[in-house]
Amino acid sequence: MSKIGDWDLEPQGSHVWRVGPEVGQLPALAREVKEAGGQLVALWGSDDRHLDAGYAIHAAFMTAVGLVWATCAVSAETPAYPDLAVIFPQADRMQRATFDLLGIKAEGAADQRKWLRHNAWNADEFPLRKDYNAVAPRASALAAVDGYPFIRVDGDGVHEIPVGPVHAGTIEPGHFRFSIIGDRVLKLEQRLGYTHKGTEKRFEGMDPDVGAKLAGRVSGDSHSAFAWAYCMAVEAAAGAQVPERALWLRALFLEMERVANHLGDLGYMGNDVALAFALNQFWKLKEEWLRLSAKMFGHRYLFDCIAPGGVAVDLGDDGYDLNRMAHRLDDEVAGLKHVYDEHATLQDRFSNTGICKPSLAAKLGLTGLAGRASAQAWDARVQFPQAPYDRLDVNMATQRRGDCLARAEVRFAELHESLRLIRDILKRMPAGPIRVALPAITEVREGLGWVEGWRGEVVVAVRIGADGKLDRVHPHDPSWQNWPLLEVGILGNIVPDFPLINKSFNLSYSGQDL
Amino acid sequence: MATRLILQKIFKTGFVSEPAPAADLSLRVREQDLQADILKVFGQAVAIRHVDAGSCNGCELEIHALNSPQYNIEGLGVKFAASPRHVDVLLVTGPVSRNLETALRRTYEAIPEPKWVVALGDCGCTGGIFGESYASCGRVANVIPVDVEVPGCPPTATALLQGILAAVGGGR
Repeated sequence: MSKIGDWDLEPQGSHVWRVGPEVGQLPALAREVKEAGGQLVALWGSDDRHLDAGYAIHAAFMTAVGLVWATCAVSAETPAYPDLAVIFPQADRMQRATFDLLGIKAEGAADQRKWLRHNAWNADEFPLRKDYNAVAPRASALAAVDGYPFIRVDGDGVHEIPVGPVHAGTIEPGHFRFSIIGDRVLKLEQRLGYTHKGTEKRFEGMDPDVGAKLAGRVSGDSHSAFAWAYCMAVEAAAGAQVPERALWLRALFLEMERVANHLGDLGYMGNDVALAFALNQFWKLKEEWLRLSAKMFGHRYLFDCIAPGGVAVDLGDDGYDLNRMAHRLDDEVAGLKHVYDEHATLQDRFSNTGICKPSLAAKLGLTGLAGRASAQAWDARVQFPQAPYDRLDVNMATQRRGDCLARAEVRFAELHESLRLIRDILKRMPAGPIRVALPAITEVREGLGWVEGWRGEVVVAVRIGADGKLDRVHPHDPSWQNWPLLEVGILGNIVPDFPLINKSFNLSYSGQDL
Repeated sequence: MATRLILQKIFKTGFVSEPAPAADLSLRVREQDLQADILKVFGQAVAIRHVDAGSCNGCELEIHALNSPQYNIEGLGVKFAASPRHVDVLLVTGPVSRNLETALRRTYEAIPEPKWVVALGDCGCTGGIFGESYASCGRVANVIPVDVEVPGCPPTATALLQGILAAVGGGR
């Protein structure tokens, strides 16, 4: 039995704990976590009125013993809970989204502006409430102007640059409001939510097998991470024992996804400092990697390879090709790293650009790859390894500078480490079945899955109803915590460096817009 | 030092561009009446503006992949442009989220005639796994006229290229 303060933690799977404090005690629990060096990872709500309760507010904390999932019952008449953003600033946007979707209010929160709600539904409607009619036809969003009170910066020579939601390149939509003086950025404020497409509502009533496909499409670039976290949650809820070989294959898919994304980002970061050579070289390698993925597992991005109970595709006799490719990529990437190291312009542009200092990163909860580049030494594969990572001995990559160069360095180190892990996994892959049927579910069950995706920790919480269908699914992308740090990282930099800084984080819009 | 390394690597890599795939005319869902002389021009080069109208970002991965040297799209006369004022083709991904509906319509209206719309991916073609809901308008054709639909989740870069070529190129 583990404890946080006076609260007993109940084990709920590997490195996952459950606690159910009174809602008024939530800030006290959060403070205990914070004082022990922990972080808030996710915050969400649920409508539990059909289960003879009111609403509930959920928070997932990273602690010394693993992930602690706190659930507090909230009154159905006046749904509210005490503000957590005053303890963990990263709670701010998650609290605002929880209000937009469920009408559960963070009492006393400084920022009460809407977040995911633009004009698609009214202020007195809450789509994730069970009695909300999500499919009723609606008038065009053009009908009313969608106002949002941005924070203004005033002063001599200060002006604003509004950017988006439609951007100049092939990136996801979002609005950036820069307040600048000359070329210097005084303030950046983001407004997201443009890709909100009702993902969480869509899960409701879905068969758990179909839910895996939707979970993988919360953020397509993190498909394997979300699909695995979702399946882990469903399997925990159902009490299913996944075959060994399936777990090793899941790790293989997750590391292949990490390699593909890091290759792409390193190319784009070079391109953003006018080194088109880097874009062409890295993307040539990425394309070769995608083609090999398609040849081996039937999909360039390994979509739908992970399914509840195991995996949908097995490794054939082409493991040798992957092993050889991993060796070759190791050499190729080392060669390109040499160019990056020697390239004076690139080094000049990367270093001291977009700095998130370790102290600020800790205070604001910067996580994942960007967190590790600012000395936030968390990697679920290392500290809280789920099988098979408990036998893989992952080396964590960290940097202290917190600038674009640090984020590039972490990517290089993780790329080499993933290629090593892939070769190790191929060598040690156990034989056996790759999928089991889930035990039938006849009562309300809950589970939580937790995976270190390429961007950071992906958390998926699942509740399955007595009819065996999904009742509530909350997928959490690490972009929730990291977007606000981009607002901080750009301060004092010049506007032309924004694309580089943005790419060095490469955060998901879809993952946080849901 | 860096220049020597870069040149060495470029010479060692050599040409990796591959021949272009043929246009897939079966992807066309709408035919526009156009003057022959305009078509003659569009047979040579095309500029594209991409709008993510609510995608999971899976389709964006393949649009990026299309910029890999293997596809050599600029060699085919296909170029992505920053402003809708400068393009012939609007490439739309995702189910159209209601939060982006207005921006998509405005982008479409900003493109000068004649113009073509390519809906990319299962979501763009049918609404996909997200469908229509309080937050999603579903398929792109529910919001703006669509000429070519390229299904897939996501469609491969090759399929995407075949769709772009079908919109403006061969066979007309």
